[in-house]
Amino acid sequence: MSNVRLWLAQNYAPILTAVVFAAMFGTYIGESSAGWKVAILDTAANNAVVLAIVAMAQTLVVITRGVDLSAGMIFIMANCIASALVVGSPGEVGLGIFGVLLAGTAAGLCNGLLVVLGRLPPIIVTLATGSIFSGIALSIRPTPGGSVNESLADFMTSDIFGAIPVSLILLLAIIVLIWVPFRMSVIGRYCYAAGSAESAAYMSGVPIGRAKLVAYTLAGLLGGIAGLFVTFVTDSGDAGASVGGTYTLNSIAAVVIGGTSLYGGVGGAIGSIFGAFTLRTIDDLLLVFRLPPLWQPLFQGFVLLCAVSLGAVRIFRLHNRLDGFQ
Amino acid sequence: MVFARSNILGTGLPCPPHVQPDELVAMRAIDGGAKRMSEPSQAPLLQLSKISKRYGGVAALDQVDFSCRGGAVHAVLGENGAGKSTLIKIISGVVRPDEGAIFLDGHHVSFATPAEATRQGIVGVFQELSLIPDLSVEANICLTSPPSRIGIVNLAAQRRFARGLLKRVGCVDVHPGELVRNLSLSRRQMVEIAKALGRKPRLIILDEATSALTGEDVNRVYDLLARLRKEGVAIVYISHRMHEIAHLADECSVFRNGRNVASFANGDHTANEIVGMMIGRDFKHVFPERRAPNRAFHSAIEIDRLSWMDRVKNVSLSIGAGEIVGLGGLDGQGQRELLLALFGVLRGVTGTVRVNGVDVAISSPRTAKSAAVGIALVPEDRKTEGLILPMSIRDNMSLASIARFVRRLVINRKSECAEIDQQVRDMAIKTTNTDAAVDTLSGGNQQKVLIAKWLMTGARILLLSDPTRGIDVGTKQEIYALIRRLADQGAAILFYTTDYAELIGCCDRVAIFYDGSVRRELRGADITEHNIISASLALEVTADGDPETPAQ
Repeated sequence: MSNVRLWLAQNYAPILTAVVFAAMFGTYIGESSAGWKVAILDTAANNAVVLAIVAMAQTLVVITRGVDLSAGMIFIMANCIASALVVGSPGEVGLGIFGVLLAGTAAGLCNGLLVVLGRLPPIIVTLATGSIFSGIALSIRPTPGGSVNESLADFMTSDIFGAIPVSLILLLAIIVLIWVPFRMSVIGRYCYAAGSAESAAYMSGVPIGRAKLVAYTLAGLLGGIAGLFVTFVTDSGDAGASVGGTYTLNSIAAVVIGGTSLYGGVGGAIGSIFGAFTLRTIDDLLLVFRLPPLWQPLFQGFVLLCAVSLGAVRIFRLHNRLDGFQ
Repeated sequence: MVFARSNILGTGLPCPPHVQPDELVAMRAIDGGAKRMSEPSQAPLLQLSKISKRYGGVAALDQVDFSCRGGAVHAVLGENGAGKSTLIKIISGVVRPDEGAIFLDGHHVSFATPAEATRQGIVGVFQELSLIPDLSVEANICLTSPPSRIGIVNLAAQRRFARGLLKRVGCVDVHPGELVRNLSLSRRQMVEIAKALGRKPRLIILDEATSALTGEDVNRVYDLLARLRKEGVAIVYISHRMHEIAHLADECSVFRNGRNVASFANGDHTANEIVGMMIGRDFKHVFPERRAPNRAFHSAIEIDRLSWMDRVKNVSLSIGAGEIVGLGGLDGQGQRELLLALFGVLRGVTGTVRVNGVDVAISSPRTAKSAAVGIALVPEDRKTEGLILPMSIRDNMSLASIARFVRRLVINRKSECAEIDQQVRDMAIKTTNTDAAVDTLSGGNQQKVLIAKWLMTGARILLLSDPTRGIDVGTKQEIYALIRRLADQGAAILFYTTDYAELIGCCDRVAIFYDGSVRRELRGADITEHNIISASLALEVTADGDPETPAQ
């Protein structure tokens, strides 16, 4: 019984985010003139899953008390590479996918090496490397274009059994194959430890450098997966700098909404996924209620502030004001 | 319940309040056993030979020889800056020595990281906690090498392991799944010790391990040490509490100025001699003289039925101008909370506070230090609540009173500096440059800066929270003298300390706390260790002395 109580106390943020998302999505489906249709679900899921994967990447870095300003740039770089490589025969497509994921992973590794070996602040490292990744993307796709293997794209953006979007299955697979093993692993624990109290982790003999390297590298891999998947959705590559920037900032917002602390050591990818879903559903809701799209950033900001305020509510319950300072 | 009035082990030091005579006898028996096991012929487990370490131009350790054996507690004593912490940092692989050699079981070793030392069976429990606040107790205990298969943690095995260790340190009431963040300081320290035990130490270093513990947990640590010693573990024990060392140690080493002045078997020297080795002078006139005991004071602050949550209960206390009132009792009985409440840090405090006869509402430290109230709090944790370490000595000292120096929106550096220089001279703060960061100073000098900072606010009511914690004996004496001087100049002083020698030596009156309220007020000749201990343990005392005093 005590175990359940502890679990709830330690996971209330992602649970709350999931509930908020469910309420918003329910409203959207209820208000939508089309009602519950798998096609609507597919579209909603495809858009949401892209941001969700980038947010997962961001989560890994934030847990180590870093921030990845290049998350969106790795994502568009992978998108542009995919729009050039993932074409042709099944063999070529397979190689192309491998190349895209490798590029993402290598980008993440670069970030990690600079942060760990260079001992540079993550915010500056990723600001700089983000520029470089964005430049690589532009050199591949000076203008939006390219294409991707059509049958694969069709499959990835459709649904199976006429009910479940393939994109959600992809997301589930990423959770099961990447996130859960990370969370359960020794190296994952090192990441949390390094993010929560780096000096204490060092004094305990935690290999902090290796842990961070793994976090940044996995973040790169996830960025690659997101870039690959968005290519299936849009059937093209787009190196527009604003896209990358938007995804970076939205991923940070999703992470915060999902209850991961920017101070590191607290939170997880499941919360970030629901955070991303919540952000995406705002767009959809504005559409059904026929509000001008200009309202979208306003509402996003509002939701973000609400999420942060919820985390800060405990300040008012403190009886000792000193407990309110980090 | 009975307790020893006599000195323990002939050291001339009083018995710790939480140790009962039966336990002492039991410990003594273990002592004897351990000593027989560890005759000088037994080879040392760890031996340091001619170790030196320099920081900048200063030698932290100078040609130090040191050794310790399995099944023995080796106490390391010395003032702050004597080299104790550098010594244990070298043993545990946190820093590397410049010169000298380390032998483990007679083999030459060198540790590049704490992890390497841990692999060799050397585990440190340090003053700065090494726990991760956002991880659970079990994850902390198994932090570096949890039970795992192909890199995935086995949660069930981890919980069993953590439960076992928590049981071993006597903390079965701690849930292994709880976040360390949610535990009390004392419990965190116990988890820290459990974590160290989980690494199967052959040598365990305890650095001020009991300083954050409640009385109950201290006893648990004593029991544990007795068991570890039986199991043949070597224990390096650092403590400022002399009665603990007298009680626990088999051997002692005294450090001074980076040198190992003497190593000897416990009991070979009296506490007075040991202190003499530490400071190189006689340990007699520690406390400044009191003026006329039992004189009447004009009340400066009156606290009436102050309560906060269940930690402070209906505390009524008044402090006169020129009076030093000590707060005593076991650690964690609400003394700290009383000081925080008076300084406006706590929310939901009930009761009234009158300063010079006027009711005041203290809603924040800002109000507390204002001229209308004039309260200053010297917090116990100078590194986080007291000082801003990277800021200069000068800026730290004027931080609380900076508004006084502002003329037309600009800080008048001239008058600020003049006052700061005056304080540096008055307090004998050892620095050549007040623009240097305050963390370049030694602990004792940092504490002086902190006190000076609050004196500069002109406060007439001083709340001192354990102001001599972790400070060398020399600086302690200076601070005692300073406190008395301030009182003689008319300040009202509320002095919380965990060291009852300070209550006896420094205070005009002592309020003993027990479970959030004042158990007993002692004054003048009644301030004796005997009365303090009995009131701390909430024992009944009759008018003509204590009938429960054990047979001498």
